[in-house]
Amino acid sequence: MPDLGPHAAFIVAAYGVAFLAIAALAYFIVEDDRRQRRLIAEMEKRGVTRRSARAERSPAKPRSRRKSRS
Amino acid sequence: MREALALLARDLKLAWREGGAIGVALGFYLVVIAITPLGLGPDLNLLARIAPGMLWVALLLAALLSAGRLFENDYEDGSLDVLTTGALPLAAVAAVKCLAHWLTTGVPLALLAPVLGLLLNLPLEAMPWLVLSMLAGTPAVSFVAGIGASLTLGLRRSGLLLALLVLPLYVPVLIFGVAAASAAITGPASPWPPFLMLCALSLAAIVLAPIAAAAALRTALR
Amino acid sequence: MISLANPTRFLELAARAIPWLAVAALLLIGIGLYLAFFVAPPDYQQGETVRIMFVHVPSAWLAMFGYVLIAIAALGTLIWRHPLADVAAKAAAPIGATFCFVALVTGSLWGKPMWGTYWVWDARLTSMLVLFLLYLGLIALWQAIEEPGRAGRAAAILALVGVVNIPIIKFSVDWWNTLHQPASIIRPGGPSIDPSMLAPLFVMAVGFTLLFVLLHLIAMRAEILRRRVRAMQQRQIEHAALVEA
Repeated sequence: MPDLGPHAAFIVAAYGVAFLAIAALAYFIVEDDRRQRRLIAEMEKRGVTRRSARAERSPAKPRSRRKSRS
Repeated sequence: MREALALLARDLKLAWREGGAIGVALGFYLVVIAITPLGLGPDLNLLARIAPGMLWVALLLAALLSAGRLFENDYEDGSLDVLTTGALPLAAVAAVKCLAHWLTTGVPLALLAPVLGLLLNLPLEAMPWLVLSMLAGTPAVSFVAGIGASLTLGLRRSGLLLALLVLPLYVPVLIFGVAAASAAITGPASPWPPFLMLCALSLAAIVLAPIAAAAALRTALR
Repeated sequence: MISLANPTRFLELAARAIPWLAVAALLLIGIGLYLAFFVAPPDYQQGETVRIMFVHVPSAWLAMFGYVLIAIAALGTLIWRHPLADVAAKAAAPIGATFCFVALVTGSLWGKPMWGTYWVWDARLTSMLVLFLLYLGLIALWQAIEEPGRAGRAAAILALVGVVNIPIIKFSVDWWNTLHQPASIIRPGGPSIDPSMLAPLFVMAVGFTLLFVLLHLIAMRAEILRRRVRAMQQRQIEHAALVEA
């Protein structure tokens, strides 16, 4: 670490605050993401489904995305 | 046009009958200005220097206090739904209500300001420009408050939320308002440039704010 | 944009992009920090404190980038009704607000050794403070409205009102600043950037941007899943009610 001069405390404090703030943000975002994925996994295990999830799995459902019409 | 005037007349009559809301805003204005010297000390020179700024800040807060009721009453008793289906476009409804707010809150506050200025040792020669700047700026205050009121319609703690949303948008009005009000005191700079900027801000707000407010009202009523 | 409109497809793409973004962001920030501390020379006027610039300036850029992103997403919500636009806006707000906060604090800590005071009401810092308040307003509005559809549209309107106001606010604060130019020697606009400092600055900026995008994608995924959970819980309740009936 080079000599940071007479105002070293400010430099360290600035980078410190930046690191803490961004780390806290990242922590909350990742935690929230994990929590939601866990909740979805739990509910799917219990058999709760989403309407569109069922539709995705059944191929007979007509989709407007298909360009050709039979 | 006739419907707009009818709506305006109705809102003005309601505000007059309600009486309390205008009185509360004026009373709040008085209280804030009265306690300011208690916080800052009785040094008359200091008070005279901060008078235009304090008078403007307190005016913004007092105007925001009453902004919640812009649409709230009509929302609660269902008349807002009726108004959306009426002959008047929703943006015009919003504009009329903001105009009513300006006439019943903005103008009285602006006219009271020089009297309160005496409490802050505001020099007499500054008073005309103080009132003029406030009369020019308060339309922007009322119309931008309309955006805040329509966004926070029916929400809990809407009063505080409205203030949080709208105060940053008031920064230009505040800056030019205080500059126009204090130009007479602080020296050779003419009050006209900031005054004209205030007029421009108000005109822009009168035209654009109702569009945003109408969009927000439609969102809230869906 | 159209292909990303499907939430499931978005989730697939996000899941694949996230690990790469994480590696790239951390790598670039690591390199940037090394360049900032060991390669960039001290400024001849400010000495070592100029190194704060390498975290302050990228944060300020990202604070503004975040708001632009939210404004574009707002157009997506209101005009094109893109299904993921309001998810993008909601996810971006706390991230942009954090970078804005970092910009303000690092700017303040930079200001003390440079100008002798922790806060200075110069045009740029004041505008950044107002931007922070606009972010807080957006986040508060998102929190206050329960129904996601109404919250998304209301926040979009507020974001567009804010974006229209930002140039006006900036102009008025600049004007106000010239009016109240303090007597002490404060150089408005900050120091000019020497070329030897451009490389670390650029690397840090790109690294931070990748970090923003990374956190944004994760937050968007979390929001999409949160809405699915809500829908599933509602179906559960409806199902239970039907069974009992």
